[in-house]
Amino acid sequence: MIPAPYRVRSRRPDRADTVTLTLEPVEGTCPPFLPGQFTMLYAPGVGEIPISISGRARSGGYVQTIRAVGAVSRALCRMRRGDIVGVRGPFGTSWDLAAAHGLDVVVAAGGLGLAPLRPVIRELEAHGVRYGRISLIAGTRTPATLMYPRELARWGRDFDVQVTVDHPDRAWKGPTGLITKLVGRIVFEPRRTYAFVCGPEVMMRATAEELLRRGVPAERIALSLERNMKCGIGRCGHCQLGPLFTCLDGPVLTYDRVSALMEVKQL
Amino acid sequence: MEQAVLTSLDPLIGALREHGYAVVGPTVRDGVIRFCELGSAADLPAGWTDEQAPGAYRLREGGEPVFGFAASPDSVKRFTHPPRSTLFRMRDGVPEAVPVEAPKVALLGVRACDLAGLAVQDRVFLGGRYPDEAYRARRAALFLIAVNCAVPGGTCFCASMNTGPRATSGFDLALTELTGPHRFLAESGSERGATLLEALPSRPATDADRQAARQVSETAEQRMGRHVELDGVKERLTERRESPVWNEIASRCLTCANCTMVCPTCFCATIEDGTDLADGSASRAERWDSCFTLEFTELGGAPVRSSGAARYRQWLTHKFSTWVDQFGTYGCVGCGRCITWCPTGIDITEELERLR
Repeated sequence: MIPAPYRVRSRRPDRADTVTLTLEPVEGTCPPFLPGQFTMLYAPGVGEIPISISGRARSGGYVQTIRAVGAVSRALCRMRRGDIVGVRGPFGTSWDLAAAHGLDVVVAAGGLGLAPLRPVIRELEAHGVRYGRISLIAGTRTPATLMYPRELARWGRDFDVQVTVDHPDRAWKGPTGLITKLVGRIVFEPRRTYAFVCGPEVMMRATAEELLRRGVPAERIALSLERNMKCGIGRCGHCQLGPLFTCLDGPVLTYDRVSALMEVKQL
Repeated sequence: MEQAVLTSLDPLIGALREHGYAVVGPTVRDGVIRFCELGSAADLPAGWTDEQAPGAYRLREGGEPVFGFAASPDSVKRFTHPPRSTLFRMRDGVPEAVPVEAPKVALLGVRACDLAGLAVQDRVFLGGRYPDEAYRARRAALFLIAVNCAVPGGTCFCASMNTGPRATSGFDLALTELTGPHRFLAESGSERGATLLEALPSRPATDADRQAARQVSETAEQRMGRHVELDGVKERLTERRESPVWNEIASRCLTCANCTMVCPTCFCATIEDGTDLADGSASRAERWDSCFTLEFTELGGAPVRSSGAARYRQWLTHKFSTWVDQFGTYGCVGCGRCITWCPTGIDITEELERLR
């Protein structure tokens, strides 16, 4: 439960309320992480929250994207280059990329859900030949809240990237409305498809149900769940979802294991 | 296993002190039985008994026994998993662990249900991928002297949970209080318990002593105030997630968290981070938490379990169903504390029956 001191090496505001930090340990190197895992990030004296790892910087540090919603995330978003934060982890399960080898791949992100999926996309970018057709669909509130716009443009050269917005501005010419609509606009062979889905829970359920309806097996639809977490190591009890500790059994879980649990309100 | 008959507990208390233990046992404090440090056996609640019912606890004088009462609001939990403990302090950007306080404590008068509670806690804190070393240190510093229950309370159901009333493992010494004449049949459950027992003034146990002790446990088993039918309970609770019964219970539940505070197995905790205004240092403490609070599931500004029904469902389902998935045992040991200390007298044994 004791964090290691890390230094903020760089800070990049992504949107009005979102900041991407690159974090390096004061001593030694970052422990290895798997795509989809998270760390507990500590703003000294303020508190600690789980944040997924979005990648490794060229310098070796963790790249982590934080949205300012509470006291701790606001404090982390205010951090400047050179400031000290605490890091515990990485913790939790990872996106099973090997399970997607040889299959069509659908990456579906809602809002900030693109951040935990970024290491998956980077792997698909680096080793595209290992997979079938690759599609990335993303939903966001407004064009201005779209995450990683420059990277999205780059990824669009390698795979089919489609974005929908809830509230378009005048310049927006793309699709509007729910991300589930985009599922019908991409090409994949459902029985030979693996899906990586991350976003708000309603978005994940709707997307998973749409994929399921089209014939993607539930065990090939992976989601990343979010719950209140205080410890990250299965001890505080906060993150329980039925029999699961989201921190140990998740955050990444396949839909066959969680669909019945997600159906129950306030579980 | 060593067996012997003791006529006084003072030599035992004295010997434990000589071994460097603070001897802690039941005492009468603030109108209840609480675990406090004992000066001598005279501090034990001789002549006191309790009356327990849903939402009710009363001490009254009566009878000869020293241990003539059932589970108290105090369990062993706070000795292994303190209500609040500081984990680290951070000055100049470097977190430094606060050394774990693990004083040598001999707990005298631990009931079978509380030993079962400890065994559950062992699985929770030590059985997983990230064992809690502070718990391990505090646990290892305990010397456990069980007392077999003679007088179960009105809310007890350890016999249903197969955790009592007789302590069968997990102790260093176990005592059964016998009358006519007043004496204790002591048996060891560990090597250090046997060594200690051999050094105490005692007389050998006879068949009559053993028979009397068996009788105490058999009688106690017949006098359980409550009963739970475990057959199928695990599956049933997950099948009944959408049952209207949860809403009905919630109409009586104050979500006050009393049940989780008195429970010997509830382990949930929260983290309190703060700063010291005097020297600018930051620190972190771990504090007991409860799944009955709204903050417990707070996510992005709103609680996941906003209704009392959802919170009660989480607690009861955890105890009798998902705990089994997680730790291979029930999260309930049948001590009945949650029934006694519920201000509105919600009785989990009754609610389980209604959810059948």
